[in-house]
Amino acid sequence: MPVNATLATYGDWLYNSAVGVYILATFLYLYEQAFGRAPAKAKERELVVAGGTGEQWKPGLVVPKKPERPRAERFGRMAVALTLLGVLFHVSALVLRGVATGRAPWGNMYEYGALLTLAAVATFLVLMRSFPVRRLGGFVLTPVVILMFLGGTALYAPAAPVQPALQSYWLVIHVSVISISTGMLLVPGVASLLYLVKSTNDAKPERFARFAGRLPAADTLDRLAYRSTVLAFPLFTIGIMFGAIWAEAAWGRFWGWDPKETVAFVSWVVYAAYLHARATAGWRGARAAWVNALGFLLTVFNLFFINLVTAGLHSYAGVG
Amino acid sequence: MRDALAFLRNTWRGLTAMRTALTLLFLLALGALPGALLPQRALNAAKVDEYIAEHGWWGRLLDKGQFFAVYGSFWFSAIYVLLFVSLVGCLLPRLWEYFTQMRAKPVLTPRNLSRMPHHADAHVDRDVAEVMAAARTRLRGWRLVEREEPGGARTISAERGFLRETGNLVFHFALLGLLVAFALGKMFGYEGQVIVQATGKQYCNSGVFNFDSFRPGLRVDGTRLTPFCVRVNDFHASYLHNGQAQSFQAGIDYQSGADLDTGTWRPYSLEVNHPLRTEGDRLYLLGHGYTPKFTVTFPNGATRSAEVQWRPVDPITLLSEGATKFDPPQVTDSEERRKNQLAITGLLAPSAVFDGTLMSSNFPEARKPAVAVDVFRGDLGTDSGRGQSIFSIDRSMVDNGRLKKVARENLEVGQSVTLDDGTVIRFDGVTDWVSLQVSHDPTQVYVLVFSMLIVAGLGASLAIRRRRVWVRAVPRQDGRTFIEVGGLARTDQAGYGGEFTGLSRDLLTGGQDKES
Repeated sequence: MPVNATLATYGDWLYNSAVGVYILATFLYLYEQAFGRAPAKAKERELVVAGGTGEQWKPGLVVPKKPERPRAERFGRMAVALTLLGVLFHVSALVLRGVATGRAPWGNMYEYGALLTLAAVATFLVLMRSFPVRRLGGFVLTPVVILMFLGGTALYAPAAPVQPALQSYWLVIHVSVISISTGMLLVPGVASLLYLVKSTNDAKPERFARFAGRLPAADTLDRLAYRSTVLAFPLFTIGIMFGAIWAEAAWGRFWGWDPKETVAFVSWVVYAAYLHARATAGWRGARAAWVNALGFLLTVFNLFFINLVTAGLHSYAGVG
Repeated sequence: MRDALAFLRNTWRGLTAMRTALTLLFLLALGALPGALLPQRALNAAKVDEYIAEHGWWGRLLDKGQFFAVYGSFWFSAIYVLLFVSLVGCLLPRLWEYFTQMRAKPVLTPRNLSRMPHHADAHVDRDVAEVMAAARTRLRGWRLVEREEPGGARTISAERGFLRETGNLVFHFALLGLLVAFALGKMFGYEGQVIVQATGKQYCNSGVFNFDSFRPGLRVDGTRLTPFCVRVNDFHASYLHNGQAQSFQAGIDYQSGADLDTGTWRPYSLEVNHPLRTEGDRLYLLGHGYTPKFTVTFPNGATRSAEVQWRPVDPITLLSEGATKFDPPQVTDSEERRKNQLAITGLLAPSAVFDGTLMSSNFPEARKPAVAVDVFRGDLGTDSGRGQSIFSIDRSMVDNGRLKKVARENLEVGQSVTLDDGTVIRFDGVTDWVSLQVSHDPTQVYVLVFSMLIVAGLGASLAIRRRRVWVRAVPRQDGRTFIEVGGLARTDQAGYGGEFTGLSRDLLTGGQDKES
């Protein structure tokens, strides 16, 4: 099937626009984080949630005392609106890629990265509805913007059909599930790192004093990390299994310790360890958070190092 | 004796503690990593040798520590065996507890429900019996028990989310099952690769000697392979203009099972991602390359043709190398034969471009095949007892002067070169070969079943929450009833709030704003 170059070009423009909009949103989120009210009030709200009247915190439902909202909060809301706009561009970019090439738009690292970051942003937007973490948007969007920038420059691949080994409906299934679950795992990774900052500050108030004071409570961050991991981990498991089923059809064995398979297995074990650690005395809290952060590091390592440096069956980067 | 028992018990306890299991999990992750970072013998033996040669003592040390065969190494095996034992040790008591709990009744209602993490109360006009009846209706689907308390109060203890532990156990036992099935597959499975000319040549899975390479499981001795035969009729590849492959397809006929006796051939289109599945075995199309055809006319007028596969050295342009070897015809004396053996060796370009006399290939398709060959005459060393590759000549025979280069030529299809003794070598063209793999894994379907159980168990154990709710209805002097509701999530508190709010509202109002 011939590639529609015009559509592909529009897709790339939309991708770049999404990056631009995300960068703008990042600054607005960070402004809210830096200059918004110190979260004394936010803490009260969280206590209410923990206390269990079931009142769910929604970013839009806080009734302001004055009709005029403080500037920081307005910026925060603008950031959310911009993130939604970015997601719109982001989705359109992927759709246009797909239409232009006549296949699922996740056949090389540029496209894979685009889907992964989209999943990360979408997960954060969804979780923002149940957790008071809007102002953390900047910390989620920063790695997203970095990944998208790398994807759009160093890893960029023009629209083209994929090689025979990838021409299978499993490309649609396996790669999308893996990419989406990896993207979802970005959110708990960020939340766990912030948890570590916050809990260090709770133990020794002089450390990270300026920064941690404005973060949500450690408990909230811990629950955010857990809830998003619990969503993403089964999906990641399914993704690995789909990969094994595909490998059985394409390479003659369902598991062969290919470098990518190995690192996926390692990160799976690390996330399993996180779930166990969170239920084990002595490992709860900071240690579990380290494990989760390690898990995300491994998925990023798997994405870049294994695809670009080692030679394995998964070397489909389409780079160089 | 007592000390020994105590030691055993303590070891068992230590091994089955969650902290140990966690440590072992980390060790497993850490131990698996070198397999991704270092070359592995099972995947690429040549790369391992290269690595050891490059890194000197460090490479040899890693080799001693079995770091080039991580997943069969003693230390990796030790980790997973310990983890396996630890897992069994964790699971057995849990399974016991699970069955005990399944029969146990929900616990007594605590005296002070307002101390529960979730709590609500109200005074209502209905009497105790009515409240209890409404509560029972609302709590349909919960495991519940109703109790009387002194003073006429009645309570309901209800529990839900038992499936969480079910899922948990299913997940862990399925994990054990998967490991066992995986191990059995490694013991009784095998893989064999073979190159077959795509010109109607046959391959039969009747013995190990038919394979070019064979990787048996630990309990496979190479006998009793599943019998089937394959005939490769043709091969088609299509490419994008930049040389990227778009599709590979081999037209084959195969016979297996009863067809072997009747001689029936069934057609199949073998493609990447579409293996042939027959009699529990699978046949894969792994790769392809070109076979040059050379015809040699010897000085005495005899002609011989040979078609031997050459192997690609450049995966993009399929520039290939190889060696096609000839014995002189009608020579019975082995001494004489060893003086006049011929070898045509060099490069084959499917789409040749020449820079002066330097040949290279610019496309993987056989658009303009050509070869750049050296012709050697003399003793090829095929009688020497040393094995030699079909893709190259034995260089030592050249070095010791028993094999001499007699021509170097670039040949396009139809062109020929005449040697000093009048021998004419003609390049007739190229045909395709395909590389096939036969895989046998008797347990992989069980691995699949256990994987599905793993996903189901994992989903249940992470999505379902174990939670309790208690209702107490106390009759008041004025004829009204005081209802108290308390809730406790036993595993993850987050998220129970929403459900409890709805539940307590219904329980306190008697479900009046809700049908049923």
